[in-house]
Amino acid sequence: MDKFLSQMTEIFTTPKYLEEFLDGIWETTYSTVVSTAVAFLLGLVLAVLLVVGDKDGVRPLPTPIMKALNIVINILRSVPFLILMLFVLDLSLVLVGTKIGTKAAIPPLIVAAAPFIARLVETSLRETDRGVIEAAQAMGCSPFQIVWKVMLPECRPALISSFTTSFITILSYGAMAGAIGGGGLGKTAINYGLYKFNGAVMLVATTLIVILVQIAQAIGGHLAQRSDKRLR
Amino acid sequence: MIRLEHVSKTFSGQNEVHAVRDVSLHIAPGEIFGIIGFSGAGKSTLVRCINLLERPTQGKVFVDGLELTALGEKALRQERKKMGMIFQQFNLLMQRNCLDNICFPMEIAGVSRGRARKQAMELLELVDLPDKAGAYPAQLSGGQKQRVAIARSLASDPKVLLCDEATSALDPQSTRAILRLIQKINRETGITVVVITHEMTVVEEICHKVAILDHGEMVETGRVEDIFSNPQTDAGRRLVYPDGVALEQLPTGRVVRVAFNGNSSYEPLVASLAMDCGVKVNILGADTRSIDGKAFGTMLLGLPQDGTEAARALAYLKGQANVTVEEVRDYHG
Repeated sequence: MDKFLSQMTEIFTTPKYLEEFLDGIWETTYSTVVSTAVAFLLGLVLAVLLVVGDKDGVRPLPTPIMKALNIVINILRSVPFLILMLFVLDLSLVLVGTKIGTKAAIPPLIVAAAPFIARLVETSLRETDRGVIEAAQAMGCSPFQIVWKVMLPECRPALISSFTTSFITILSYGAMAGAIGGGGLGKTAINYGLYKFNGAVMLVATTLIVILVQIAQAIGGHLAQRSDKRLR
Repeated sequence: MIRLEHVSKTFSGQNEVHAVRDVSLHIAPGEIFGIIGFSGAGKSTLVRCINLLERPTQGKVFVDGLELTALGEKALRQERKKMGMIFQQFNLLMQRNCLDNICFPMEIAGVSRGRARKQAMELLELVDLPDKAGAYPAQLSGGQKQRVAIARSLASDPKVLLCDEATSALDPQSTRAILRLIQKINRETGITVVVITHEMTVVEEICHKVAILDHGEMVETGRVEDIFSNPQTDAGRRLVYPDGVALEQLPTGRVVRVAFNGNSSYEPLVASLAMDCGVKVNILGADTRSIDGKAFGTMLLGLPQDGTEAARALAYLKGQANVTVEEVRDYHG
């Protein structure tokens, strides 16, 4: 206990630690925001393909294409994140020029999260009222207009919720990435906490991650609710 | 304006469903045409065959002289813009306010935002909801939602308005108001209206002509007053006399249905029957409805069990002007 207290005191009195935590917060936020933005966009496109291209969708695609798409998404979703990350790190080398650090973790995070987001968004899009889609078709909407002007706007609250969930999932993946060379608070908790038997650092780093998650959920939940015109 | 030629729609699958079987009909410009039938009769499928939301498996569909069934997707979308459609569940965009809902078809058609908003405001006036421009559908009652849906369907200035059970989710008062609105629009703009319903009262209230659909087949069609006063088919009778009468329970012998065609419904027919030919009959059921301002009544009469008396009564009834008499043989309601 004495050891823990002295470690805690050290954290708040040593500039080195404060700097480490501030960097951690910045790196985590940065890599999560960038990864979520790209992964969500990719996931959204995949989800639209899954829903629209379905045999009952507004623009059915050939069955082999749909089958292949589903299989690829399922495979990417079933590979454990750390394993997937090791594979994708080579891609990082090509894309961002390094296999370690915050930037290196971004491509694996995107590859890991996009299929997950695709399924999440697919579920929301499928819940678009069939009747509203039918009304749009009766008005002469093209499949693209139905996606862009009906499905996506009608699902806006669900999409905001999905974005929030994606952000939080990627944040926790990012913390895991700290174990194999990623940056951020995860790295701080593992390198300075776990490996150096420093319980206080581990606790503070974890607490900071928890706080980030709480903030993200609060903002996302609020925005989703405010954007939903069905509730009033 | 609308012509269907031998239209059939079969849904394939594990069990084939013949939703529409060989329907041919012609709807004149400016007409309000009712398509009535019990649920599952194929009405909704049939109306969707008009704008090809359902592509018929057989037959041709013409709207305004153009064969829609021969068009490609793109040309078909262009034609759909000339047809408005309203639905039982309104199908408004829940995340858009009323004004933007009405703007939607114009947005699709590429009308400039300013012009679209101006016209949408005018349409809101037309449907009597000028103060609801900024309201969201969730804040409106059913009747108000259907008014917005009507305004939206008119935004592209269509020649045809398809109504799929448009009043079935509404209370009687809203139903009447919506029907009156459709009638007013029809009178003012000459728009051709197709009304799908399972309620005879809807047809009576606004339709000029009606087709009866039963198990996917069109079994009867004609002027509403003709069909109403003298339905020829079983489905027609069940729709016109929804309460029906079970013959087994009747104490009398032969049963006839007497339909009053127009002016004569209040003449004391039963009394004069008793006085003029001395035959007493039982009134088993009677109903009078007003169609387009004219009274149309029907009466179900039980004739005496005595054969000669019955024949006399029948002859007397058949001799009356403005009255159609028809013997009911195996009518079970």
